[in-house]
Amino acid sequence: MWYGVLLLIAVLPLIPGPLQSPFAQHVLVLTLLFACMSQAWNILGGYCGQVSFGHSVFFGIGAYGAGMAVVTYGLTPWPGAIIGALLAAIVSLIISYPCFRLKGHYFAIATFAIVEIFNRLFMVWYWVGGALGLDYPIIEEGWKNFMWFQTKTQYYYGAFGLFILIFSFVRWMEANKLGYYLKAVRDGQEAAEALGVNSTAVKLTAIAISAFLAALCGAFFVQYNLRVDPPMVMSLDMSMRFVLITILGGLGTFWGPLLGAAILIPLQEYSRAMWGGLGGGVDLIIFGILIVLIVTRQPKGVMGFINLLTTRFKATKGGDD
Amino acid sequence: MALLEVRNLIKKFGSLVANNDVSFDVEEGAIVGLIGPNGAGKTTLFNCISGVYKPTSGKVFYEGTDITGWPPHKVARLGAVRTFQVVRPLIDMTVFDNILVGAFLKTSKLEVASEIAESCLKMCHLDDHRDKKAGSLTIGLKKRLELARAMATQPRLLMLDEVMAGLTGTELKEAVDVIKDIKSRGITLLVVEHIMEAIMPIADKVVVLDSGVKIAEGPPSEVVQDERVIAAYLGEKFSKRLREMKA
Amino acid sequence: MAIFLQVVLDGLLNGMLYALITVGLSLIWGVMDVINFAHGEFLMVAMYVTYWLGFLMNVDPLISWIASAAFVFILSVIVYKLVISPLIGKPPLSALLATFGLSMLIKNICLNRFSPNFKLLSDTYLGGRVIPMGDLILPLPQLVIAIVSLIVITCIYRFMTRSRTGWAIQATAMDRDAAELMGIDTSKIYALVFGIGGACVGIAGGLLPMYMPVHPEAGSLFSLIAFVCVALGGFGSIVGSLLAAILVGLVEALVGFYVAPIFKYVAVFGLYLIVILIRPKGLFGW
Repeated sequence: MWYGVLLLIAVLPLIPGPLQSPFAQHVLVLTLLFACMSQAWNILGGYCGQVSFGHSVFFGIGAYGAGMAVVTYGLTPWPGAIIGALLAAIVSLIISYPCFRLKGHYFAIATFAIVEIFNRLFMVWYWVGGALGLDYPIIEEGWKNFMWFQTKTQYYYGAFGLFILIFSFVRWMEANKLGYYLKAVRDGQEAAEALGVNSTAVKLTAIAISAFLAALCGAFFVQYNLRVDPPMVMSLDMSMRFVLITILGGLGTFWGPLLGAAILIPLQEYSRAMWGGLGGGVDLIIFGILIVLIVTRQPKGVMGFINLLTTRFKATKGGDD
Repeated sequence: MALLEVRNLIKKFGSLVANNDVSFDVEEGAIVGLIGPNGAGKTTLFNCISGVYKPTSGKVFYEGTDITGWPPHKVARLGAVRTFQVVRPLIDMTVFDNILVGAFLKTSKLEVASEIAESCLKMCHLDDHRDKKAGSLTIGLKKRLELARAMATQPRLLMLDEVMAGLTGTELKEAVDVIKDIKSRGITLLVVEHIMEAIMPIADKVVVLDSGVKIAEGPPSEVVQDERVIAAYLGEKFSKRLREMKA
Repeated sequence: MAIFLQVVLDGLLNGMLYALITVGLSLIWGVMDVINFAHGEFLMVAMYVTYWLGFLMNVDPLISWIASAAFVFILSVIVYKLVISPLIGKPPLSALLATFGLSMLIKNICLNRFSPNFKLLSDTYLGGRVIPMGDLILPLPQLVIAIVSLIVITCIYRFMTRSRTGWAIQATAMDRDAAELMGIDTSKIYALVFGIGGACVGIAGGLLPMYMPVHPEAGSLFSLIAFVCVALGGFGSIVGSLLAAILVGLVEALVGFYVAPIFKYVAVFGLYLIVILIRPKGLFGW
């Protein structure tokens, strides 16, 4: 399954036909990116059960890391991305100290508050470009600067690289001690503790990894848009997008984030293209309805739906024998 | 030196004294029963030993190490592992994965952990339920899962909190067999039990709590003769009558 | 000194507005353990109701707020039936996520129908009127909202503590199963609470167009502020959230004036984080 999907993603932009249009390629890049981002969120929110609405902060720190390396210091984005990711991990650890003591709604509201604080601080922080943000200069394209102007194909394979990194990590995690410990903390902290699981350490590990990977996605995002400002990356709407994509696809499942992104991102981009610049919000109307339906009718998301179908299919097949 | 030593342990909740000056030892390789009527403070004592609560005063030693007030996961890592009276299955994980979480305490390798988990699965007769979600099990099976999960951590001291309460006759017999099997593997057991009949035949020693105070300690055969124990379990009136009858 | 007093007065008035918006949220949270993420969108819908009644039929907000409140009450009960009731007893975050979806839905329907443009009712009866008090200026629309806020909160408080229905609500909040056994129709209670919560924010939204323009994003910030007030005040405590709302209004006004406007929300959200560091269940929670 995993290698099949990898192969499919690898050849997708090479298939002749409608997928060759620049717009289709743009949709493909975004789909992969948001799948990655949602998977990064899923490590903490899905596997470890700590539903954070603050991940756009880490995404934003990564974006600013790469952006400042290029715009402010005239370097390649690579060191910026790495430093941004490390910084995001550190910030996540500092933030989680007070937040992990909070339960339920209090935790959720604290993460909202953190997004708002970061958003507004970045708006007035001169060093990071303030409300105007950072605009990329036109420099040499290629892998060194991670920047292309003619086609999106390289971006696509860049996103594919990110996809392989993040999804392989989660695949490894699922089959190892860390994955089991994350789920144990999610399903019952007290029981896990009694079995020798240091739940605080596990949660901190989860958020640091999650923030690190989220920041790498942010760095990609800024390289793709060639500009960044606070509302673009650090906003509640952005945070919610990662959460909702994962929930749409299937919270705490390996394929959930990819499925969610593959449904939502094309829907969003094509409806925006169809209904004009402001989009008239049609994509978000549909998305809103989808979320309400999924949460109230099938909380396990599309993956839950698929599992239901396969068990039914197996059951009917078993009946035929 | 005993494997577990509890010394002058006091636990207060506000003005309520749940455990008052309790001391006892759990000798290596023994089955020690901790019994007493409802509300005697057995589970509180258990929580103090396993680190869920911090005792108000007093000490707990494991292998001579002072573990008073250590967090539960550190106590578990030393080899003293507990189960819960109110079962706490990891509901969204399968039975096997639940046990696997326990098995990961002593190893980081999936293959090794799987082997351990597999054997604990068999030991507790959970083979048929391997891939079910833990949340979907019956209460009896959940209790067995608690036991299997704790065993998977390969403890030296296993602390069982009322694993036999609420079981049917056959289930009870199975549970007793499992406990004997655990003892034969050289694991020390501290068993909290409300039902005296279940624990008496297998315990090497019982400690009796009543209203937070230790009222008796010794081999089961002696303890059942103890008047204060009888009084605690059967009420003052009945024990008086018993005394009169004896006289 | 006069400037300081004016800033404090503005903060106080704004705080009373927040209190009116928060009280419904606090009630719903306290009784149902649900955070309604679409709370701000309910406010925005009420603002549109008042705006269109004023624009098309020349009804003044001083009258049309009744229609706005009624509209949001009905909307809330419908939302309860369709979205919230299937989620009672599920993990508390489900309702938050579902209502987030709902807020996207409402916001974008308004965007789609009414465009993102700001709409302001130009000649309302109280619009722009002030009471001069020496060096101080007391804006009338804000004052009216503050008074209404006090009245509504007092009514809710008395309703909760004095009436039979209020007791039934409190019983349901404490232990749903026990209340059910005692013959309370808890589903009806929840629908009612959700409706009242909506009506409160509907009143606020009905009056706001006296001085505030209407647009699809108008409710978003108020949502966040209301969340902070509820959490700051402590779990479902109506008095707690009133005091928290006033505190938030004051902090916002003082920081906005003496530090910089952009920092006012940083201060508000920062205050929240600092408080929960010390008291994880809010100022008046236990």
